[in-house]
Amino acid sequence: MNADKVIEIEHLSYDYPDGTPALRGIDLVVYRHESVAILGPNGAGKSTLLYHLNGTLMGNGRVTILGLPVEKTNLKEIRRKVGLVFQSPEDQLFCPTVFDDVAFGPLNMGLEEEKVRQRVERALEMMGLKGFEGRSAHHLSEGEKKRVALATVLSLDSEILVLDEPTDNLDPAGSRMLIERIQLIPQTKVIVTHHLSVAVNLCERAVLLYGGRKVDDLPLEGLLKNREVLERFGFDADFAQWMYERKKRAL
Amino acid sequence: MRHAFLDHHSGIESPVHHLDARAKIIVFFTFILVGVSSPPNSFYLFGLLALALIGITLLARLPLGHLAKKVLIVLPFLFVVALSIPFLKKDAVGGGYNLGLGGLSVSQSGLWILWNVIIKSSLGVFAIILLYSTTSFPKLIRGMERLGSPNIFTTLLSFMYRYSFILIDEMQRMKRARDSRCFGGRWVWQLMTIGHMVGTLFLRSFYRGERVYLAMLSRGYHGTMPETLAGRFGLGEIVFLSLCPVLLFLRIYLG
Repeated sequence: MNADKVIEIEHLSYDYPDGTPALRGIDLVVYRHESVAILGPNGAGKSTLLYHLNGTLMGNGRVTILGLPVEKTNLKEIRRKVGLVFQSPEDQLFCPTVFDDVAFGPLNMGLEEEKVRQRVERALEMMGLKGFEGRSAHHLSEGEKKRVALATVLSLDSEILVLDEPTDNLDPAGSRMLIERIQLIPQTKVIVTHHLSVAVNLCERAVLLYGGRKVDDLPLEGLLKNREVLERFGFDADFAQWMYERKKRAL
Repeated sequence: MRHAFLDHHSGIESPVHHLDARAKIIVFFTFILVGVSSPPNSFYLFGLLALALIGITLLARLPLGHLAKKVLIVLPFLFVVALSIPFLKKDAVGGGYNLGLGGLSVSQSGLWILWNVIIKSSLGVFAIILLYSTTSFPKLIRGMERLGSPNIFTTLLSFMYRYSFILIDEMQRMKRARDSRCFGGRWVWQLMTIGHMVGTLFLRSFYRGERVYLAMLSRGYHGTMPETLAGRFGLGEIVFLSLCPVLLFLRIYLG
């Protein structure tokens, strides 16, 4: 089943430039069409791990994306396959208009004009942003910015989507709307979050990081029932139990 | 937070607003070129240029009074530079004032220079204000790009446009945080605080720059910004562009 492994990480370690250890001996395999939540407290190394998935950071160890090792020579190809959405949309949206931002990736890929327009249109439609093409990012609400940031990556048509805290800074309605939109995306997803509700709604598997190490890797339902692990990570175990039962009823 | 200090009127619906930015850039720069290159005594030409600009303003449904005020804002800077010329220029005397402490004479050629500076800069500023009031900044940048402006220049402008708003927001947030902690005291202390704020703002911008660059790399950036897609160049643009030969004709026969 090697073909179905889309992400393979073996013994990955990384130190920040000042020498602080950020990741230690991470092993992880993600299969096609899986949705994996990376959970952990602040400073656990969640975002650092994400940056290794498209070669933004390169530590010691092996990272393979769809059979391609993440190396300098493969970066262009890797970045076509992995769409990374940053935590702050202000970092992700750097063009004067929404259209330019969503078209940035496809244009860099050298696609024809008609194809670029189609991709932009489709990505904006998926995020419920039709008619936003000419708007400037600074005139959008936080929720709209988050959805545009997602659209900028959807237009790349990458096989793996990597999202860093997608619902950060959003109000409950904005969060729910974004979650509903992400649910419609069929690609393999790796989502960093510290909101259990995001993981419950979007993922079926949870990887727990603590102090740069992987401490657990289990189905999400298993996590919701595991009071000891939940409490160790500071999650509300009663709330998790309630979510577990609700999810079971929904199924 | 929402800002619109740069392109306040650029969202109005009008035939001029709908034109491709390239046509507007060319026409308004022809206005400036014709105005600046004319001798100072071409009163008819200046009159016609002003009338044409007013005509475009009305066609673009822009508030004329508001635009006129914007033109006036530039004039004080002009006066500081040019007002002394008629008094300092040694030439044929155009008139004189007796201020009681001795005569103050005004030179004729100095007056011409003053008139020249005032009329040309007012017309030029009027044309530029019309350009950015009828074209949003992103479209302006795209127009410049399509007209062959260097990629590095338009990229710099577009980043400046995008991030100036974020910087202003960040500065305002810091200012609020400062004021809500009873900011005051001796001026040296205040100055120090402001210094720290400027430093913090610089560091934050620096780190943001790094993150933005990573976000660009993640979407396939490889050193040059991709060219944006072309706009539509239709009949309206051609009609608007036909102002250029008319302006050049007027420059030759009236200037």
